[in-house]
Amino acid sequence: MKLDNIYQEEKKSNFAKVSEIIITMASRPSGFIGLSILIFHVILAFISPYVAPYDFKAINPTLMLQAPSAEYWFGTDDLGRDVFTRTILGGRTALTITFFGSLIALLWGGLLGIFCGLVGGKTDDIVMRIVDAFLSIPWILAMLLIVSLLGTSTEVLIPALGFFYGKGIVRVARAATHDVIAKDFIVSARARGHSNFSIIWNEIIPNVRDAILVEGAMRWSWMLLGFSSLSFLGFGVSPPTPDWGLMISNARGLMSFAYWSVIAPIVGLSSLIIGINLTADAFAKALGIDRSTKAPV
Amino acid sequence: MNEIIQKVNNLSIGFKSKKGEEILILRNISTNIKKGETVGIVGESGSGKSTLALAMMGYVKHGLYTIGGECEFNSSNLLKMKNRDLEKIRGRKIAMIPQNAGQALTPNLKIGYQIDEALQLHSDLKEEEREKKISELLNKVRLPSPETIALRYPHELSGGQQQRVAVAMALAGTPDLLLLDEPTTGLDVTTQAHVLELLNFIAKDTGTSMVYVSHDLGAIAQVSDRIIVMYSGEIVLEGPSREILKKPIHPYTYGLLKSIPKLSLAGLPQSMPGSQPQPGTMHRGCSFFDRCDFSEEKCKNNSPQLEYLEELNTSVRCFNHKSLMNDSQVNQTVNEIKTSTQDKEILNLSEVSISYAKQKLLDQVLNRISDDNPTVKDININIKKGETIALVGESGSGKSTILKSIAGLLRTKGGIIKFDQNRNLSSDLKERDPNDLRIIQLIFQNPDESLNPNHTVEEIIAQPLKLYFGLKGEELKKNITDLLQKVRLGEFYMSRYPRQLSGGEKQRVAVARAFAAKPDIILCDEVTSALDVSVQAAVLNLLQQLKEDFGTTYIFVSHDLAVVRAISDRVAVLYQGRLCEVGPSKDVYQFPSHPYTEVLLGAVLEPDPDIKPKLVAEDIVEEKPPQKGCSFQGRCSRILGDICKNEVPPWQLTNSGNSIRCHIPLKELQKDQIN
Repeated sequence: MKLDNIYQEEKKSNFAKVSEIIITMASRPSGFIGLSILIFHVILAFISPYVAPYDFKAINPTLMLQAPSAEYWFGTDDLGRDVFTRTILGGRTALTITFFGSLIALLWGGLLGIFCGLVGGKTDDIVMRIVDAFLSIPWILAMLLIVSLLGTSTEVLIPALGFFYGKGIVRVARAATHDVIAKDFIVSARARGHSNFSIIWNEIIPNVRDAILVEGAMRWSWMLLGFSSLSFLGFGVSPPTPDWGLMISNARGLMSFAYWSVIAPIVGLSSLIIGINLTADAFAKALGIDRSTKAPV
Repeated sequence: MNEIIQKVNNLSIGFKSKKGEEILILRNISTNIKKGETVGIVGESGSGKSTLALAMMGYVKHGLYTIGGECEFNSSNLLKMKNRDLEKIRGRKIAMIPQNAGQALTPNLKIGYQIDEALQLHSDLKEEEREKKISELLNKVRLPSPETIALRYPHELSGGQQQRVAVAMALAGTPDLLLLDEPTTGLDVTTQAHVLELLNFIAKDTGTSMVYVSHDLGAIAQVSDRIIVMYSGEIVLEGPSREILKKPIHPYTYGLLKSIPKLSLAGLPQSMPGSQPQPGTMHRGCSFFDRCDFSEEKCKNNSPQLEYLEELNTSVRCFNHKSLMNDSQVNQTVNEIKTSTQDKEILNLSEVSISYAKQKLLDQVLNRISDDNPTVKDININIKKGETIALVGESGSGKSTILKSIAGLLRTKGGIIKFDQNRNLSSDLKERDPNDLRIIQLIFQNPDESLNPNHTVEEIIAQPLKLYFGLKGEELKKNITDLLQKVRLGEFYMSRYPRQLSGGEKQRVAVARAFAAKPDIILCDEVTSALDVSVQAAVLNLLQQLKEDFGTTYIFVSHDLAVVRAISDRVAVLYQGRLCEVGPSKDVYQFPSHPYTEVLLGAVLEPDPDIKPKLVAEDIVEEKPPQKGCSFQGRCSRILGDICKNEVPPWQLTNSGNSIRCHIPLKELQKDQIN
């Protein structure tokens, strides 16, 4: 039986699949912009310690609140530190912590959601009510409680953020699982006597993976905003480590006469969030989750 | 009668592939619909029949576009019209009846309101007149007590009634042309026959032209004056329905008619090899070349033109139609099925009952059974090794429910399921050991849903092999190749994903997966109803072959009596979860029958304009089995009276070993039914 090349699609290696997805993402203007911004930030996070022109913690009272100039591109802050140096270094902590935080959120939220979706019944009811209860707690208050009890170290922040942002993923993963669970291939696996673990691993995960990954990418950008809010309130990164949230918080009183010390970290933070959002959208479209772009027939 | 109302002229519709190639879904279609005529468009899935019907009301699906040609209605081209002008035509002049009326009706609006909406849009009637018109319309589609129906919500109606409401709504604008897209496909056999009869009546009564799109030649044969046969986006045969069905002069139609199982013929029909070419893969020659029994060298490179034959009033697209004309009476030959039934009993259901009702807390505490009227009750069946037993009935008859219980997917409420005379199968899946699970395998109705879309064929078939036999590496691969060979698929299918396979191929993979477990019993749940007729015959033949090779026992669930006739050794007829009749297949299809079997047999549609369905009972849908008495009492046309309402009928044995559960003595039944 002949199948024409447009329907022909052999099994591809994982690398080929990933690169195809990235190419599809970059072929759309919004995806291209998002990916570029994200990649720019990631590269910057890696190289900034080597390219920063000044020492980020060098205080110089004689250079307080200098306007941008050829020497100090983004000016200086109230302690005479170079804003450019602090801005390019300011995303590192946030990016790292939220990246690992979203991985944890993805993992526990995704697996718990799939498990609840598959098992159903009373277990599902109880777990989901607990998740709902946690959803109703304002996350920032809970975070503040945790941080004030356990400190603001990375080992506390990553799992705490991961926990709070994973709750929403539980719901998405559970809903995605419900879509799959009614299909006959799951019934067939059950009738054959596969274990729950095998059903989750072999039958469900390949079918809900895409939806969960997209949700995880969206959570990443929210978590970034959340983490920066914590820093803004003084519960994230401790000074003098440069961090956007912290920089905005410090300089916000000076906004009327030293706008540069606020604008630089704001641009840094919002561009990263926009970049991640656009990338997540493009990712969803490349995976075909967005219905409007599905090919005809 | 000869006035043309819809003129399709050289129409081509297609889409652009990712590579920018133009791919045609419809290729140069030209046809005319005359006033008062019913035209049936028939073809396999993917032949472009729905696209053509939609184009007839000026609609082209998202992603497709018109490449050339026009659809003229009242001498204006619908495909070039603005939406605002189209609105004036759609509903008023051309109306559409969708396949699934249940989904086409708004669930939160009352029926009367929805029809009123259609009337407001498509007629100039005043409010009081509209009210009268609503009951008039509901009356016309023969819905009982129109006033009460108008006050109901769509979910309160049965599938057949919903379809009637859709017909009433379409008639609201008194259209000149009615487009019907598979209007009876989702309905039960008896309901289907009733709806078709209604459509026939409406066509005659109102003089509306109808375009009836279906894959089912049986349904088309009942309603159409003229038939258009489509194949891969082209018209291959067009002519009066009698000529086409009795003397199909195109090899595709000929093959199609031969692959439909008939009630009058036991045994498996011949299948047509191959499948329809995908759009975009058309070669220079005839698109049917690969599958044609009559092809010649010239068919390969030259594509035949539609040729009009005056003596038959038929157009045909084939070089060889003359040779077909001579012997084109469809002489159906069937492959006799060999019975491989052994004396050994393999599965025994005794007194099985199943209930969907949830146990109330009080009943749980007191440990008593709450539901005294379960969905399925009193099922006693012995199944012999190597036998094919079919469970037949309309939707809601409990046939799939019984299958699920045998597979352990649904707990029984009472009764025993015994395997191999001595092993009790627990009704709880978790209590069955792996071997109990291995011996029973399932094949599902829709292969799109039963195969994991993210697994390759290799991974799909490997699952049971790994689970039950722990196979690995080379041995696993060898086993998969063997299985693929058994279901006539090449080794190269291993790396394909289900979406790259055709419906028939997918179902073969599902069959291979079931056989991978080396089961003793295979449960087939409507395995062919999602397939095209030509593919259906191939899958049935394959199942029969595998059964002869492996000595497997099949429990075959179907609503299609002709398919059941073709493959089964024994038939059990179910109504409302109760057995009505059990017996060897040849006897069940002969009188005397249980009155319900009689209804089912009468409603079977055959692709022959001379065989009309016999509508014995009303197509009422009962939601619950009756508390006492005969399960069929509500619809039975031969009801005797109180005895049927109060006492469960006894089993009566006919001479040929057929058991019928009815109060009417067999002799009387036979006498009545033959008349």
